[in-house]
Amino acid sequence: MTTAGLVALVLLLVIAAYACAGGTDYGAGFWDLTAGGAERGERPRWLIDHAMAPVWEVNNVWLIFVLVITWTGFPVFFQTVFAAMWLPLALAAVGIVLRGAGFALRKPARRLAGRRLYGAVFAISSLLTPFFLGAAAGGIASGRVAPGTAASPENWANPTSLLFGLLAVAMTAFLGAVFLAGDARRFSAPDLDGYFRRRALVAVAVVAVLAVIMLFVTHGDAPHVWHGLTHGVGLALVVLAAVASLATCGLLLRTADARWSRVAAVVAVASGIFAWGMAQRPYLVPVSLTVAEGAGAPTTLRWLMLVTLIAVVLVFPAVAFLYWLDTHGELESLTDADLRRGGAGDDA
Amino acid sequence: MHTTVHLLADVPPQMLPARSMMAFTLVTHIILVPLGVALPLITLIMHGYGLRRGDATALLLARRWSAVMAVQFAIGVVTGTVLSFEFGLLWPGMMGRWGDVFGLGFGVEGWGFFLEAVLIAIYLYGWRRLPSRTHFLLALPLPFTALLGAFGILAANSWMNTPRGFSLDSAGNPVAVNVRKAIFTPMFGPEYWHFVVAMFVTAGYVTAGVYAVGWLRGRRDRYHRLGFTIPFTLAAVFTPIQFMLGDSIARQVFHKQPVKFAAMEIVWKTDTHVPEYLFGRLHPDGTISGGIKIPQLDSILAGFRPDTKVTGLTSVAADDRPTATQATITHFAFDTMVGIGSLLLLLALWYGVMWLWRRRLPASPWFFRGAACAGVASVVAVECGWITTEVGRQPWIVYQYMRVAEAVTPTRAPALWTMFGLVIVVYVFVFGSFLVILLKMRTQWRLADEAATAERTAAAPETETPYGPRSTLRPGSAPGPSASGEDRP
Repeated sequence: MTTAGLVALVLLLVIAAYACAGGTDYGAGFWDLTAGGAERGERPRWLIDHAMAPVWEVNNVWLIFVLVITWTGFPVFFQTVFAAMWLPLALAAVGIVLRGAGFALRKPARRLAGRRLYGAVFAISSLLTPFFLGAAAGGIASGRVAPGTAASPENWANPTSLLFGLLAVAMTAFLGAVFLAGDARRFSAPDLDGYFRRRALVAVAVVAVLAVIMLFVTHGDAPHVWHGLTHGVGLALVVLAAVASLATCGLLLRTADARWSRVAAVVAVASGIFAWGMAQRPYLVPVSLTVAEGAGAPTTLRWLMLVTLIAVVLVFPAVAFLYWLDTHGELESLTDADLRRGGAGDDA
Repeated sequence: MHTTVHLLADVPPQMLPARSMMAFTLVTHIILVPLGVALPLITLIMHGYGLRRGDATALLLARRWSAVMAVQFAIGVVTGTVLSFEFGLLWPGMMGRWGDVFGLGFGVEGWGFFLEAVLIAIYLYGWRRLPSRTHFLLALPLPFTALLGAFGILAANSWMNTPRGFSLDSAGNPVAVNVRKAIFTPMFGPEYWHFVVAMFVTAGYVTAGVYAVGWLRGRRDRYHRLGFTIPFTLAAVFTPIQFMLGDSIARQVFHKQPVKFAAMEIVWKTDTHVPEYLFGRLHPDGTISGGIKIPQLDSILAGFRPDTKVTGLTSVAADDRPTATQATITHFAFDTMVGIGSLLLLLALWYGVMWLWRRRLPASPWFFRGAACAGVASVVAVECGWITTEVGRQPWIVYQYMRVAEAVTPTRAPALWTMFGLVIVVYVFVFGSFLVILLKMRTQWRLADEAATAERTAAAPETETPYGPRSTLRPGSAPGPSASGEDRP
């Protein structure tokens, strides 16, 4: 494999990591949105707040990596995508700001009105951001952009984009529900465990339906990707994604250990992303820009691999440690009592 | 590829909205950057002090600063992500041609930032359950990861000022990339240290300023003294260092980017014995109105001798240099920054002298008035420094290699203006809410403190204490019956 191919693989890996980590987060926002009124939704929202708080920033840093690897490794590809997909990407960026700020501000907000406002901002933008990112990906997959393509609604408002966007939302909802079900057990709320398991099953059904529709739509709309998804490695990954989804269903139905349903859900989503990436081979944008054509200077690519290697050595253990601490209940936000004088921790 | 000649003829109409949007999002993000880089260090110093002395007040301050950090870091993360998007949304031409030359610095920034996010999460959420020593030790690498993140950003920005590490082929595309040279460009060192120290100084003054206000309002307890002294001392120690670094970077600009230096000092014609203008406006015909003129001083500052030759703006063609308005903006920003820096130096000296002679804080309310303003002033200085370096580089986005007009997105101006309007609304909402939340936190804590002092006798049984024994009941609004402690090692 060439260095460019290797960097492309790393990019795909980081996109998959963002889809899983960031996706879980967006999914939590989706269930926040659909949790109902202030009273009915209080407990699910309480769980979402506590489960997300320590890790959501880290989950979203993956996106920065996606951007950096793209513009350093494949500058022409970066230029092409951002020029052609201007509007969905701009809206996704606005969504990211609203989402993060909404979530961060909801916690310290005191009054119900404030919490409602910030909560709504957080939840709605959690829905829109993955949709627009998915729509942009759909525009790439269907080959609607090529170097020099000007921005136009057709680039991202087309059948493939629409389906990619919906699929992205459904996948985040699926991941979010699976992870929240596990968190419900961790926070000793068995009723919420069942609540999110049911929702995870609904979400996976929606994902399956959308995936089937997508096979029909891409046949005419994105022939190169369709061919890749139905042959060779792409097909194998699609099958893996389907098997992993079924396994997740099985694990959710039997009251099995939450850990395994999480693993199965992550495998399902990651193999879905990989199936798409592999189906695009050898193109960054089918069928106008290959990986080799879009690659940056060879020296830079080698350095990029080195930087990635260091990241693997340094960042992975750190992230794994954070997740470990989080799933073992070692991370908890400060309470009002901790922030009061003469309160917790003070004996003076 | 576009030809330069074609683009010179007409500046694309989307330049203004693209520029305005970039400027606006950067100006707002920069407000959060000093706290993002340096608040962890300041908090850790306070935390370490509290642990070592067993000082409950210091630990309380550290916990409260953590609570502020949690909100501030989150907003910093998302506004920073927007900037990454804007490289593609607004300046795709720059990334398409130069991404593989200078983008790698961002890779370093990426993992520095990743580590920082991980460590901050552990620190902010580790107060309650991690053993105190472990909690503190795990946070110690935080300031270094912040420096690493700054490394990447500054490598990229200094490359835009003094691009190196490539050669151009016949089509004008960069080839033979040398990554090491592209990262360690001539302006990198000066920019990096000037920036990092600016972050420490600013975060120190901003934090101390909050307690200076409390002090002026008569709250002169140990809590306020500690909350003021530690950040202010840090900032005061770094202020003279920053003064020297600032002086050195100005001289580096004089050597490495003479036209930018000419804009900073509004020097029209290359000459010796050049006077220094404090403020003053440059007009398109080269005349200067207003301002205070000090003969010879600019030459002396640049080269220590009055006969130092200073390059003027007219040394390059009119379309290769900042316009008169841009030069005036650069000059005003530069002078404001230097002016604020000088005032802060006086304030730091006042503080230092008092400590050395009397071993106490200055008593004068004027000192605390100054300290209360120092936070805002240093944020203004940081903004001015950024304006100086960015506007002074015009019309280039990559100095002498690519014009801003060549890099700008092909998206049409009305779309950009609309998006800019949306961004303003969103940012006003986000930053306004952030400010409101901070003020509310402060009020709540003050009221809680006053209540605690009032009824110090009634020692209410508190819920779980950080670093205290772990109970099995969860605090707060835990739902349902809780029986935790199940699979905990």
